Amino acid sequence: MNVHYLFSLIAVVALCLIAFVGVEWLGLQALFGVVLPYAAVLTFVVAFWYRVWSWARSPVPFRIPTTCGQQKSLPWINAAKIDNPTTTGAVIVRMLLEIFCFRSLFRNTHMSFHETGTGVRITYRWEIWLWVFAMAFHYSFLVVLLRHMRFFFEPVPMVIQLLENLDSFFRIEWMSSVVGIGLPGVFVSGLVLLAAVTFLFLRRLLSPKIRYISLAADYFPLFLIMAIALTGIMMRYFLKTDIVGVKSLVWGLVTLQPALPETVGSLFYVHLFLVTVLLVYFPFSKLMHMGGVFLSPTRNLTTDTRARRHVNPWNYPVKVHTYEEYEDDFREKMIDAGLPVEKEQE
Amino acid sequence: MKITTLLQQQRTAILKKWFDSVADAYPLETSRFLKTQQDPFANPVGNAMTSGLEGLLEEFAKGAEREKLIRLLDPIIRIRAVQDFSPSQAVGFIFNLKKIIRDFINNIANAQVAQDDLARLEAEIDAAGLLAFDIYMGCRERLYDIKANQERTKVFKAFKRAGLVTEPSEDDPGLTVSNIS
Amino acid sequence: MADLPKAAELIKIDHKPKAKGWMETPVNIRPGMYCYAANPKSLDYMGFPNVREWNPLDQDWKLPNNWKEILFEGIRERLGRFRSFKIFMDICVRCGACADKCHFFIGTGDPKNMPVLRAELLRSVYRNDFTMAGKILGKIAGARPMTLDVLKEWWYYFFQCTECRRCSVFCPYGIDTAEITIMGRELLNLLGLNIDWIATPVANCFRMGNHLGIQPHAFKDMLDFFEDDIEELTGLRMGVQYNKKGADILFITPSGDVFADPGTYTCMGYMMLFYYLKQEYGLDVTWSTYASEGGNFGFFTSHETMKRLNAKMYAEAKRLGVKWILGGECGHMWRVITQYMDTMNGPADFLEVPKNPITGTVFENARSTKMVHISEFTADLIRHKKLRLDPSRNDNLKVTFHDSCNPSRGMGLLDEPRYVIQNVCNNFCDMPPNTIRENTFCCGSGSGLNAGENMEQRMAGGLPRANAVKYVQEKHGVNMLATICAVDRAALPDLMKYWVPGVAVTGLHELVANALILPGEKERETDLRQEPLPGMEDGTDE
Repeated sequence: MNVHYLFSLIAVVALCLIAFVGVEWLGLQALFGVVLPYAAVLTFVVAFWYRVWSWARSPVPFRIPTTCGQQKSLPWINAAKIDNPTTTGAVIVRMLLEIFCFRSLFRNTHMSFHETGTGVRITYRWEIWLWVFAMAFHYSFLVVLLRHMRFFFEPVPMVIQLLENLDSFFRIEWMSSVVGIGLPGVFVSGLVLLAAVTFLFLRRLLSPKIRYISLAADYFPLFLIMAIALTGIMMRYFLKTDIVGVKSLVWGLVTLQPALPETVGSLFYVHLFLVTVLLVYFPFSKLMHMGGVFLSPTRNLTTDTRARRHVNPWNYPVKVHTYEEYEDDFREKMIDAGLPVEKEQE
Repeated sequence: MKITTLLQQQRTAILKKWFDSVADAYPLETSRFLKTQQDPFANPVGNAMTSGLEGLLEEFAKGAEREKLIRLLDPIIRIRAVQDFSPSQAVGFIFNLKKIIRDFINNIANAQVAQDDLARLEAEIDAAGLLAFDIYMGCRERLYDIKANQERTKVFKAFKRAGLVTEPSEDDPGLTVSNIS
Repeated sequence: MADLPKAAELIKIDHKPKAKGWMETPVNIRPGMYCYAANPKSLDYMGFPNVREWNPLDQDWKLPNNWKEILFEGIRERLGRFRSFKIFMDICVRCGACADKCHFFIGTGDPKNMPVLRAELLRSVYRNDFTMAGKILGKIAGARPMTLDVLKEWWYYFFQCTECRRCSVFCPYGIDTAEITIMGRELLNLLGLNIDWIATPVANCFRMGNHLGIQPHAFKDMLDFFEDDIEELTGLRMGVQYNKKGADILFITPSGDVFADPGTYTCMGYMMLFYYLKQEYGLDVTWSTYASEGGNFGFFTSHETMKRLNAKMYAEAKRLGVKWILGGECGHMWRVITQYMDTMNGPADFLEVPKNPITGTVFENARSTKMVHISEFTADLIRHKKLRLDPSRNDNLKVTFHDSCNPSRGMGLLDEPRYVIQNVCNNFCDMPPNTIRENTFCCGSGSGLNAGENMEQRMAGGLPRANAVKYVQEKHGVNMLATICAVDRAALPDLMKYWVPGVAVTGLHELVANALILPGEKERETDLRQEPLPGMEDGTDE
């Protein structure tokens, strides 16, 4: 049994139980609904910025971008402006493509020709799924996150309402009248998030190569997010948690006047607690790639290193072998060979 | 049933078993890569194995020719000669085929195969194994040849032509032609 | 018959390795896969620490007592100095996109050659010593303490990476394994754990100006000898100039071109080009015996050593009072020039912005570094029709081009050499797209691994490259592999000999020189290799 994955699974199940027991039996609503969320947000903000700051504090002694295309050299040679960016504008485009389109990851997906006995066959490489699901995962996560903003604002801003409408365009009311179940409009994002996170987990589990490199720290966030999505979906579609109560609780937190409405069930506290854990875990884990991607020196620097000098703040003098030392070593031989020298023989 | 018929009918299944038996000698995470990556340039090892084994099986089915066997075995053996395999492991994969074919014969109820027919095939597989060993030795010799002649063919030749080959002097920090090339 | 399986067990064929975690799999240093330990004399000459005789196969590596402390301090110091190192230690999500991009993984099948795992070797120790999660959770957070076995694993696998950066192209965060290997090797050097094929060229280069330790007079003798060869071919002497003050341009090329075949032919190519330019346009180019090495094995040792060796280029340009520097065909040399030189040893404000006096082209892209790549220079000359060329002299060749890692992924020099080849040869075709340009596969011998004792490693690492060459050989009849890197010119012939017999290796300027019609030359019967030119086969055979 894979110890890494088991450990993470147990940890997430335990977290769910802690919140459930705490609220259901011990009545610790105040702890799980007020104290921990405040503490978590504080930790997240402080630790996140600390990490980013500590990276940013580390100097960039050399400009080492990875060039992924033709350099800008002679005017009649077409340069790859984005993959080998020489201007800040091009770097920004490169970074936007990295951050919003996962461009480097997309490079994995090119089509290739495979010659078989019977002819040429085109094959698509498996990695396209990594890109597809990574995109699906991050974007659905973002939409889910933005949708939740409806709890933080009163009145709910137009943008968020618009987003919700888009997200739930796939309404099944017409079906519910037939079946007779009053489902609320289905949010695509939640389901996509769950599907993507499941794929990412299965990929780690089933591909021996990826399983080999995976650590507990890779499984844990996946299980955590899976559990958050599951509890959220259950609240919305099955247990029908009291939305008004939730909103008043969150609104209380936002306005610093915490209130604990009786109508909110334990499942909500489990959901909230898992989010709390995610917030605290985030800055101490690999999830910090969210901040780090902006600072990666192989991507966020211009490649005009020969045209513009980059300064190393800690450049220090080193011991070199000077020409004079060299000539002293070999003067006689150089003169014999007819090579010019600085100092003739003493 | 003639053994050649069996090989033709069960070609894909036998080939897959054989390929797996070869790939599985690699660490698990590598073997999956060898099996799944289709691009011949991203996965030259798996590709050499697939096309080599496929060809070999075809040869066995119709009666092997020495030259063809050598041509088919070479790319596989050439790779295994520089990878982390003992000589027996490097060539031994060929004999896996004997067991695989016997298993197929035993598992297919109506596959009654004449003993001498089977013996012919197994003799061909054995012969291929021996050829593989020749190739393996050839590769290793080529490797040692490259190692041994590196200095001579490159640096030494150029220096010798120029009459510059001299003994290193005492005060040089241990710098000789031989430890550079 | 029935006991066949037992027989297979007897010779241990076909045993599936037990699925164990990589941390539990100890390193097995296999002959053929590593390079010999550094000669103590070379370490001593450079003033490197822990000078002693040692053997990687020995149990005892003769480390200083406080070696763990030295490493800890070394890591701490580098985390504070290099944002790249710090970020790459922290943000990898182990998505596995890089895993099968490494030529060493593809060729050896060793899972620890997956770039992500190579980095994890170092990251696991970083987590243990520098992160809270690692300190508290230990192995479950992917942390492990530094031990002698871990150190040996570092050494084995950091000298099984050629710093080619192919994985970095595919990483969604741009994590560059080369950067991690560079740090790993710096740390190993703190304990005197270099390999000889790097350490001795470094010491040679420091004292004598080039890797082989060719002394100034011998350097001149060598080029004189090429003069004789060229004279035999063309009836002309090239009149190479050395250490000449006030020349227009200082030319620096890797010493591999001077001492090792087939780089020597490339070297003759440079000489002939410069002769042509002197005769036709009066361009004055000087070579230097002091800065007689373009390559920089210091880059494979530590940032500091790189700087110590590189300093000669600007120092010599300043001493000779040239206008700007022209650089020969070399791989890592150009990574150093492009991304490090100006920062380390600049600003070169005593030089002029490079301008080709013949075409009037100003090399804006080298405005600050003041150093131009000879493929850029020659491409510019050809574009302005300043060279008289007869490409049919290369008609016996079907050429393909191997993009060297460093010019491709550390610079982006992709189309200039292709343009030159297509103007001096009539038959050119590229290898498959996922094996060239920024996706190019390494020769398997870069970053100081071009030794003899690690031949299995080199052949396995070079397999993906050779495989693509074999494809164009079979499909298009390619018989010549052109390249712009001295290590390639030294390594690829061996690689071809093993995997693709029938394909020879050349530098770009050998092809140029074959096609170049020198003013006043006699009718050539052979090419630079003294093989008959197309159409001249009969004349020389008799």
